[in-house]
Amino acid sequence: MLIGAVIAGIFFGLYFTLVGLGLNLVFGVMRIVNLAHGDVLMLGGVAAWALFTSLGLHPLVSAVLVLVVFLVAGLPVYYAVVPRLLRSRDSEMLSLILFFGLSQMIEAVTTISIGATERSLPPRLMGVGPIILFGTRLPKAWFYSAAASAIAVLAVYFYLYRTRLGTLTRAVMVSRDEALATGIDVNMVSAVAFGISLALAGIAGVFAPFIMGSITPNMGVAINLTAFAVIVVGTLGNPLGTLLGGIIYGVSLMLMQTYLSSWANLLPNLLLIGVLLIRPEGLLGRKVRRA
Amino acid sequence: MHSSRTRRAILDAAIATSVVAVMGIARGVYSNELMLFNFIMFLTLSQGLNIIYGFTGYLPFGYVGFFGAGAYGFALAVMHLHLPAFAAMVCAGLAALVLSVILLPLLRLSGAYFAIASMAAAQALYEVIANPDLENVTKGPYGVSLSGVFAPAASYYLALAILAVTLMLVVWLRNSRFGMSLQAIRDDSVSASMAGISVVRGRTVAWTLSAVIAGLVGGVFAWHISVFYPDTAFDLSVSIFATVFLLFGGATTLVGPLLGVFILYGVYNVIGIAVPQYFQFTYGALIVLLVLFLPNGLVSLLTSRGIRVP
Repeated sequence: MLIGAVIAGIFFGLYFTLVGLGLNLVFGVMRIVNLAHGDVLMLGGVAAWALFTSLGLHPLVSAVLVLVVFLVAGLPVYYAVVPRLLRSRDSEMLSLILFFGLSQMIEAVTTISIGATERSLPPRLMGVGPIILFGTRLPKAWFYSAAASAIAVLAVYFYLYRTRLGTLTRAVMVSRDEALATGIDVNMVSAVAFGISLALAGIAGVFAPFIMGSITPNMGVAINLTAFAVIVVGTLGNPLGTLLGGIIYGVSLMLMQTYLSSWANLLPNLLLIGVLLIRPEGLLGRKVRRA
Repeated sequence: MHSSRTRRAILDAAIATSVVAVMGIARGVYSNELMLFNFIMFLTLSQGLNIIYGFTGYLPFGYVGFFGAGAYGFALAVMHLHLPAFAAMVCAGLAALVLSVILLPLLRLSGAYFAIASMAAAQALYEVIANPDLENVTKGPYGVSLSGVFAPAASYYLALAILAVTLMLVVWLRNSRFGMSLQAIRDDSVSASMAGISVVRGRTVAWTLSAVIAGLVGGVFAWHISVFYPDTAFDLSVSIFATVFLLFGGATTLVGPLLGVFILYGVYNVIGIAVPQYFQFTYGALIVLLVLFLPNGLVSLLTSRGIRVP
C-alpha cells in the first residue's frame, strides 16, 4: 500500500507540476501572482469538453490546439494589463486583486455560456483499463497527463536554457531593471512568458476532467491554492523546483489519502504555511527572501 | 496646528457617529433587517481590514478566517458550554485573538506571500471545522443551529456597537501618535525602527486588533443568523468583498471604506442577487479597472489634488 501510494503520488505530482509551472514562470519573470491561473486551467478543460462534444475531437488533439490558442491569446492580455500594473507602487500586491477580478470575469462568462453544472469527459478516451506499474494499478489518464507534464517541464527547461529568448527571459528574472538597461525588450520577453504560462495552464486543463473527474466554472480558487503550494514548496521562479514541489505534494497527498483520508484536504494548506514559515525561499532556493 | 488637529479628530468622530446613527435609525424605517445587518457587518469588516492593511500594508486574503473563528467560537460556547449570548461573544473575540496569536509568525512574510499564507490558514481552519470526523464537536459540514439564543434585535444593536467601537478605533489611529507610527512602519520599516518605533509591537497590535474585530463580527453574525454552515462562515468572498470595498474607497482613510461599502454593496443588493453572473462579471471588471486606473481608491481623486479626506 505504501509503494502504491508513492507511485500514484509521483504521477499525480507530475500533473500538479504542470498546474504550477505556468504560475511560477509568471511570478519569476514579472513578480506578479496570476490568481486567474486556475480559471485559465478551467478554460482549457472547457475547451477540451466543448471540442469533444461538438466536433468529437480527441483531448490529445485539443491539447495541441489549446497550446497554440492560449499562447497567442496571452500576448494581448499581457499588453492590456501587465505593463500598466507593473508601473504601480505595489504591483505584487495589486496583482493579486487585479487577477482576482479577471478570474471573476472568466468564471462569470463561463457560467453564463455553459452553466454551472459539472462537465466531464468519458474516461475511455484515454484508453481502457489501468496501467500496472510495480503492482500498482493506475488509470491510463494519469499516465498520459504525467507524460504531458514531463514533456512540458523539459520544454520549459529547454526554452529557458537553450534558446536565445530563454536566456533573455532569465535575465529579466534576475533583474528587470538591469535587463531593460541592457536593451532587452522586457515587455516582449515577458509577454511570451505570459503566453507560455497560459498555454501550460490550458494543457493542464485539458487533462483536468480525467484527473479530477469533472470540471466546474468555479474550480479555479482551489486549483490556485494548490498550485501556489506546489510552487512555494519548490522555489518561486525555478521550474525544477516546481517539479520537486509537485512530487512532494502528490506523494504526501496520496499518503494522506491512504492513511488519513478525511484530513487530506488540509494538506496543501499546511504544506504551504509550513514551508513559508520554515523556509520561505523554498526547498531549492539559494537567496533568502527578505520578509 | 494643535487646534486644526483637534478639529480633524472631531470631524472624523462626527462622521463615525453619524454612520452609526444612520444604521441605528434605519432598522426602524426599513424592514429588510438582514440586509441592514449585512451592511453593518461589511462596514465593520472593511474597517477592521483597514486597520491591518491601511495602516501596516499587510493584506490578509484569509481575513475571513477570523470571522469564521469568531462565528464558531460563539457557536461552540453556546452549544457545549451553554453560555448566554453575551458571554459567548467574549468567546468569539477570544477565538479570533488566539488564532491571531498563533498566526503571528505570518507577519514575517511580506506581500503576496503573506496574503496567500493567510488564505491557506483560513482554509486549513475551515477544513478542520468542516471535517466530518469532528461532527460531535463542530457538527462538521452539516452546520450549527443556535435557535435557543436567537435574538434579532439585541444582536443587531450589538453589531452596531461593534461598528461604533471599530470606527472610533480607526478615528483614533488616524489621529494618534500610534497610528502615525504604524504608517511610518508601513512606508519604511527600517527608517521607522531607526526613529525608535517598535516595529514588531506596532504590527502585532494592529494585527490582533483587526483580528478581534473580525472575530466579534463573526460572533454577532452567528448570533443574528443563528443557523449557518462552515461554508458560510469561511466563505472566501467575505474576505474578498471586504478587500474590494476597502480598496475601492481608499485605504487608511475613514470615509474610503464607508463609501466602498455603501456604493458597491448597495449595487450588489440592487442587481447582484437577481442576476449573480452578470454582477460577478461587472464586479470583476470593476476590480480590474480600479487596479489599473485608480489603485489608491476613490478618495485618491481628492487626495491627489492635495485635499485632505477624513
